[in-house]
Amino acid sequence: MKMRRVAVVGAGMTKFVRRAMETADELTWMASKMALDSCGLNLDDIDCIAHGSAPDSFDGVHMKSEYLSPGSGGWRKPYIRCYVGGGTGVMTPIHGWYHIASGLFDTCLVVCEEKMSSCQPHPQGAFLTIFDHTLERPLGPNLLWIFAMEMNAYMHRYGFSKEDFAQVTVKNRRNAMHHPCALLGGEITVEDVVNSPEMAWPVQRLDVSPISDGAVALVLAADKVAWRITDDPVWIEGVGWNLETTYWMNRDLSYPRQVEFAARMAYEMAGITEPRKQLNIAEPYDPFNYKELHHLEGLLLADKGKAPAFIASGEADIDGNLPVCPSGGLLGVGNPIAAAGLMKVAELFWQLRGEAGARQVPGNPKRGVAQAWGDLMQVATVITMGV
Amino acid sequence: MNERVAIVGIGWYGFRSITPELSYKEIMYEAAVRAYADAGIDPRTDVDSFVTVAEDFDEGTSIFDEYVPDQIGAILRPVETIPGEGLHGLATAYMQIKTGLLDIVVVEGHSKVSNILHPSHITAYAMDPIYNRPLAANPYFIAGLEMQRYLYETGNTHEQCAQVVVKNRGNALLNPLAAHPAEITVEDVLNSAPVAEPLTRLEIAPEADGCVVMVLASEQTARALTDKPVWLLGVGWANGSFNLENRSWVDLDYVRITGEMAYRTAGMRYPRGTLDFIELDDTFAYKELQHLEALGLCRPGEAGYLTLEGVTSVEGDFPVNPSGGSLGFGNLLDASGLARALEVVLQLREEAGTRQLPDVHIGAAFGWRGLPTTSAAMVILGNED
Repeated sequence: MKMRRVAVVGAGMTKFVRRAMETADELTWMASKMALDSCGLNLDDIDCIAHGSAPDSFDGVHMKSEYLSPGSGGWRKPYIRCYVGGGTGVMTPIHGWYHIASGLFDTCLVVCEEKMSSCQPHPQGAFLTIFDHTLERPLGPNLLWIFAMEMNAYMHRYGFSKEDFAQVTVKNRRNAMHHPCALLGGEITVEDVVNSPEMAWPVQRLDVSPISDGAVALVLAADKVAWRITDDPVWIEGVGWNLETTYWMNRDLSYPRQVEFAARMAYEMAGITEPRKQLNIAEPYDPFNYKELHHLEGLLLADKGKAPAFIASGEADIDGNLPVCPSGGLLGVGNPIAAAGLMKVAELFWQLRGEAGARQVPGNPKRGVAQAWGDLMQVATVITMGV
Repeated sequence: MNERVAIVGIGWYGFRSITPELSYKEIMYEAAVRAYADAGIDPRTDVDSFVTVAEDFDEGTSIFDEYVPDQIGAILRPVETIPGEGLHGLATAYMQIKTGLLDIVVVEGHSKVSNILHPSHITAYAMDPIYNRPLAANPYFIAGLEMQRYLYETGNTHEQCAQVVVKNRGNALLNPLAAHPAEITVEDVLNSAPVAEPLTRLEIAPEADGCVVMVLASEQTARALTDKPVWLLGVGWANGSFNLENRSWVDLDYVRITGEMAYRTAGMRYPRGTLDFIELDDTFAYKELQHLEALGLCRPGEAGYLTLEGVTSVEGDFPVNPSGGSLGFGNLLDASGLARALEVVLQLREEAGTRQLPDVHIGAAFGWRGLPTTSAAMVILGNED
């Protein structure tokens, strides 16, 4: 069956910062406005809005999508928020994709926002409420704990060292130096990472992405409409999403099956049979440095247990065979949850159009994949785009 | 692109004011199992995508998406959560199938509102945190203000609003699923405790627990699965202004646009003449009248008169909320719209028992997200090829 083609035609992004002075709604407006300006459209040209934002508890606002509707342009227009925890940032463009691919709409504004700094004294407090009220919450767990368990499982399965993971932080922070919106770009060393303060063994300070505020927006358009807006549309070729069981305690944490399932769904739709050869850029989700490696394996871009060697070989650098997180990823640019996922899709858009400036991947990349992941280490969302 | 989409399976659990013996996961399971049996499918192999409708604060869990897959058979399958009205969930499933990528999509929405000590305390967190929340007013004041203005602008009367409660709770007497059936009078309603002048206690839909699951499929698959598919002919949804200070309190723009989109997608030029009946949001009694007028189903100021004349009763020319609506059925928070759609499907499949409307072919369900939002969604369903 022939599907309606959908293109990304514009993108906008606020600076990712530790503590934004703007309200959540103002951040949302800034990104939406930048995205519309980037392709010369205004809100009247937009048929519908796809919104994405992670937990309401960060802002302490119930029905957060309603609160953010003015900034997202959701006024006198169809407006739906989608929400899959950390995977929201890549789910939202998928959500926008089916708005247009269904034939109901021709243009769609995709907006993701997160303001974590409103949650005082620390957003980890909001994460206390993501756990099962009976089985887990009484233990007072936080995200660093459960990711420490996953990191440990991954390390022990293959015998990795902390240095294997640290090189990811080094690479991504270096890439982020060239991203104008990045929070943590810089030259650091593997020693800096492995000597950083211990948070929940084996997680150390520099293994983790920072808490941030920010917003990102994209403009999507249907096939014929896209050509009227721009000469360089970037096509959404494949979409996939997948959710694992709630009971993470019973799972093998050393391999993200749901990422593989979502990737296979997206690759099948995009006609990608040999992802390592057919993809030129990868933006896997990297809230922790080991997650980038974990996800490269799930995305079938590295063999199981071989992702650290792949990074060490230099193939994942900007000038390598398959640049990984040329944006700087969450470790370098920042991690305002939903916005961080959409930042990866925006990065593919800029890279594939050749507009990524100093961090441009050489050799006219043709195809890329972006991925996000979240919930209780449970959800995976994958999108592939091409020109 | 798939051309048409049908509802091929429905399942529900409830609806009661409390459900102490079951958790939210168990009521989801009960409803899902019924829906899969009704559609004759195995969720582990046949369903391409699952859509849940939920809001974190109502569930008491952040990232509620985490707690969805196991009990509805969705482990390692595409699942997403829509924090919206249940009918936004149906619209999402409709779009997913229309792309041609997915063939069978399941929509789930539930309410375990009995777990919430004071639902209005949760609603208060939906107010703008800077401009409105510091007022520390119970959000019902918005409904009071809006009702006052509505009655003033249109000339509808408070008695006519009370008649909506009498009608809907009376309709619920014939509906074994309804949580709050009652035989009451207009005087009972007007004399009940004042909440936010002029709104009284009995004009507010009481909450209920329950779950609705629906299975949607593309045309070809629907025909293979069932002899009585209910076609999703049209969908519409829209938001208005969120800010209390600059929303249009008289013209419900978001309801009007929602209706226009639903009629347009269904190719319907004269909705009042084409629709046989409607199930629409009546979280507050005046809302039923206001929504009927904003959806263009009668002239402004006419809805109260039509209600008094019995036009909107089950025996009338244009039945409104034969299920009992939220007033009689129970307010299921964001699952309310799915409960409205459930009744439309039951009526169109001629499975509505003693409250079956004769000879109905096209019906609509309309949902509003409740206070303090300006967010609505609508579906138009039909049983004819």
